[in-house]
Amino acid sequence: MAIKQLTVFVPNRKGTIVAVTDILAKNGVNIRALSIAETEDFGILRLIVSDENAAEQVLKENEYLIKIVDVVGVKIGDEPGKLTSALDVLDKADINVEYLYAFMARTEKHAYVVLRVENNDDAETALKGAGFKLISEADIDKL
Amino acid sequence: MAQNYYQPEIETMQPEAMKKLQSEKLVKQVKHVYENVEYYRNLMDEKGVKPEDIKGIEDLHKLPFLSKADLREAYPYGLLAKPLGDCVRIQSTSGTTGRRVVAFYTQKDIDLWEDCCARAIVAAGGSNEDVCQVAYGYGLFTGGPGLNGGSHKVGCLTLPMSSGNTERQIQFMTDLNATILCCTPSYAAYIGETLKEQGYKPEDIPLKAGIFGAEPWTEEMRRGIEKTLGIKAYDIYGLTETTGPGVSFECSAQTGMHINEDHFYAEIIDPETGEVLPDGEKGELVFTSLDKEAFPLLRYRTRDICVLSREKCSCGRTLVKMAKPMGRTDDMLIIRGVNVFPSQIETVLLNEGYEPNYQIVVDRANNTDTFEVNVEMSPEQFTDKVSEVLAMEKKLANAMKTMLGINPIVHLVAPKSIARSEGKAVRVIDKRKLV
Repeated sequence: MAIKQLTVFVPNRKGTIVAVTDILAKNGVNIRALSIAETEDFGILRLIVSDENAAEQVLKENEYLIKIVDVVGVKIGDEPGKLTSALDVLDKADINVEYLYAFMARTEKHAYVVLRVENNDDAETALKGAGFKLISEADIDKL
Repeated sequence: MAQNYYQPEIETMQPEAMKKLQSEKLVKQVKHVYENVEYYRNLMDEKGVKPEDIKGIEDLHKLPFLSKADLREAYPYGLLAKPLGDCVRIQSTSGTTGRRVVAFYTQKDIDLWEDCCARAIVAAGGSNEDVCQVAYGYGLFTGGPGLNGGSHKVGCLTLPMSSGNTERQIQFMTDLNATILCCTPSYAAYIGETLKEQGYKPEDIPLKAGIFGAEPWTEEMRRGIEKTLGIKAYDIYGLTETTGPGVSFECSAQTGMHINEDHFYAEIIDPETGEVLPDGEKGELVFTSLDKEAFPLLRYRTRDICVLSREKCSCGRTLVKMAKPMGRTDDMLIIRGVNVFPSQIETVLLNEGYEPNYQIVVDRANNTDTFEVNVEMSPEQFTDKVSEVLAMEKKLANAMKTMLGINPIVHLVAPKSIARSEGKAVRVIDKRKLV
């Protein structure tokens, strides 16, 4: 069920993000979701894209440091309190969330949360058990 | 028949006898140089030193120094002390920085150089029963010719492979059962990796010893090469200006290199003041050629930072030992009053599992030196978690602090993102402007 997240290391300097998105655009890779964690020196871009393998290849050709990691995608209602209830489930199952980011669908009245946790299976089991719908790569492609 | 020493009478000579020998040779040598080398005669005259003032090794400090700049200025014949008719060979440095250095040899010079290399081979356990594969470059570079000559003197079957063509190296090594490998440590590591990829286990490789030099390498590299090739790896030191490899060599103790001090007298000086420092103190290594005929350099400043030791060696040799050079006077940085050598940073990186691709950036802010080290991380080391990258940076900074005594700021960067010059990362950027 896991979703593949493309992770890109960039120096924290003007123009580095656009350089990455430009390479992806020129190679027909669509970005579904994006989050950035930054420090004073560097940034780590986390992307859900239409074709992570193609993205990995073109970015590697351009000497970027890349890592593809498995993350958990979960569908939540687009209303107050829904994210909290999903996070409560993980908290009660003693699952630590390393980071998360959310995105909206174009048409549906739903939001989607991408979660990075230590153990994907545990998180998926806990969320499913609490009635949440998990999303797959295929689901994202259809959004 | 295995033996302990190639020239035991020299290698185990008592200190007083050695000093007497050195003194006799020096007095003759200074006279020879003064009479035949105008360039050095002028330097001596400027300093007001006459050959008669040098009565023994204790007077050596009165003589002027020679530096790389002198060699460049005197190029090509300015330091030649014999007629060209008496010379049989030249060797030359790679000339990566500025003008080449050309050194001349008479047949006697070649003989003493090859004796030095023979001492190194015997110290590594070599005898006439060994097959010695010389994979240093042959030609102007001293590595190949020096070890080749030494191998002949010992009576080894010599494989004059020169460097490169690794497939052929491995074929000759395994078909002809080479027992001693002589090459640069990085090439030894490469041959080792290639053998490993081809499925060779250390016990399947016929080698028992390696004699590696001509470039800086670390203790970690040594252990790695020893493990992959199943050998004992010996360090060897030398420079074209004095002869070539074999100026000093390691013995079974692997705790420094014995200097062939019957031919090359070593001093350690303060690189700033030129003052001679006592044994055990760190400073610039200076060599005086005691009996070379054609190109006899007196008090040549190597720019290598080093320590000498006269402690008793378990191998029985009495020859003074030098530590592996800790860096070059021209590489040394003084940061917040502390001497920092790029080689120390390199050691930390290898210890911590990083490739030695780094850049030191020194600047000045608020009247204090800033000290930053950029280090390339590998795709395997990269993680999507910021906290882990920061923890890796902190761990490296702590390891460097332990090594150097001062705290750097470490930045992990993407592979190949550090500026390269001819394939090598630019190691040091010093932006300090102290007026």
